[in-house]
Amino acid sequence: MALPLMDRFLQYAVAGLSAGSLYALVALGIVLIYKSTKVLNFAHGDVATLGTFAAFALLSRDHSFWIAFPAALVTGALASVLFYFGALAPAQRKGATLLGQVILTIGLALIVQGLVVYTFGTEPDRMPFPLSDSESRKVGPVYVSELALGTLGAALAACVAVYVVVQRTRLGLAMRAVSENLMAAQTLGIPTRRVLGFAWATASALGVVAGLFLAPALLLDPFFMLDPFLKGFAASVLGGLGSLPGAVAGGLLLGVAESLAGAYAGIEFKKTLAFLVILAVLLVRPEGLLGKPFKERV
Amino acid sequence: MADLPRPLLTVEGLSLAFGGIRALRGVGFSLAEGETLAVIGPNGSGKTSLFNCISGAYTPGAGSITFQGKSLLGLSPDRVARRGIARTFQNLRLFLGLPVIDNLLLGRHLHFRKNLAAAFFRLRGEEIRHREKCEELIEFLDLEPYRNVRVADCAYGVQKRVELARALALEPRLLLLDEPASGLTGEEKEEVAYWLHEMRGRFGLTLLFVEHDLRFASRLAPRMIALDRGEKIAEGTPAEVQRQPAVARAYLGDAA
Repeated sequence: MALPLMDRFLQYAVAGLSAGSLYALVALGIVLIYKSTKVLNFAHGDVATLGTFAAFALLSRDHSFWIAFPAALVTGALASVLFYFGALAPAQRKGATLLGQVILTIGLALIVQGLVVYTFGTEPDRMPFPLSDSESRKVGPVYVSELALGTLGAALAACVAVYVVVQRTRLGLAMRAVSENLMAAQTLGIPTRRVLGFAWATASALGVVAGLFLAPALLLDPFFMLDPFLKGFAASVLGGLGSLPGAVAGGLLLGVAESLAGAYAGIEFKKTLAFLVILAVLLVRPEGLLGKPFKERV
Repeated sequence: MADLPRPLLTVEGLSLAFGGIRALRGVGFSLAEGETLAVIGPNGSGKTSLFNCISGAYTPGAGSITFQGKSLLGLSPDRVARRGIARTFQNLRLFLGLPVIDNLLLGRHLHFRKNLAAAFFRLRGEEIRHREKCEELIEFLDLEPYRNVRVADCAYGVQKRVELARALALEPRLLLLDEPASGLTGEEKEEVAYWLHEMRGRFGLTLLFVEHDLRFASRLAPRMIALDRGEKIAEGTPAEVQRQPAVARAYLGDAA
């Protein structure tokens, strides 16, 4: 198939955008938690895996997607909320250091991973999905699979939803206040723990959305979110760890860079070149694309 | 104190220790509805620790804090705020990245309805009511030019007023002010004294404030207590307190 040069470029760029929108979703969750709780959540990928497996379990019992997908989001959100109120908040109350709190999330990651392996085994499975990975639609000059279109749509919807909640609602205003100055928010009567619990729940639900749209493109096994989690983490650093729009920009940029690198420099350079882009950006702008300069963060 | 109405706030035998440092040692006083009481004392005398105990940031090791007949001990700061106590901070704790108006609206948070729908949607009638209250405070504290300015871009004196306005937005029964005049110029101090005086009348507030500046404190408070090294060393009218040798010693050292 001899595509004209420009079309070939666009084809790979669109494929990159689709992958990148998944990274963006993962990154959005990581940044949401980092901004509100100041904790890097190493369990983010595993909680997303748990939610995706919950959907898989329901689907293999012949429940519809309309039940399985919302249930998956709720499972992921619930796992995070339980962790936040059951482990992280008590640890904070006892004066745990930030590093200690990060280690707690690693503990959660291992527990969730063990749980998934124990329940579902390590054999890869095919995830049933309403959208096909092989059926393509022609959009302008490029072919896009149904799944990729769905992924882009879902990611866009999730980003808009997060934007509306954070920027336009009273809960969002409380979230921004808690993220900026926890103590001041408390003295205004804002129930900070509940607000933070909501942030954790939302972040995990975003991760599950990424998992649900990623699983049908790959095979589902208990470790399938590890690579996207690392990419999402890289994307969030690229965007500036404290910035929600930065997380989205970083994810998309990483996805496109990866796809173009795979196309033009050879598939073996796919990951390498993408991370070289990150390195280059961070050398020029250590605070990330949309992050605030560090000196302001005193 | 038989002529005063029943106390709004009663603190008894309050003690607080950080490791070996005893920040508060058996501090007690009471505050009547509508009264203004100043807490004076040198740096490190325990004034801010006292505030932090009342507002729920610290849990005292011993003693009791009773507000409107109910104990405040063990309540988290947001619960204390819901009981009707607002505070300001010595070093200002504002939301620097948000505009002035949003800082005030956050002060209205506990007066919003609590159901989930109200959290997600800005119900029009309610929103208007809260905005009106904030506008009233903006006007009262001369903050109109700064309404939509990020707090980080406001001058220090303005930030101090924003914090005061935000605390008033809670419509508290009791307002705790931690050094309301610190860091201000002489003229700004005059203004703050005037506003605090006006506020008391207008909002029927009970005021408890910590102050380093004795002159400022004497002007506003008919009664004060003095702390030194975590202990209450004097109580009475400004003149009485300043006459106490212990107070002079605490402020000027043993040479006085």
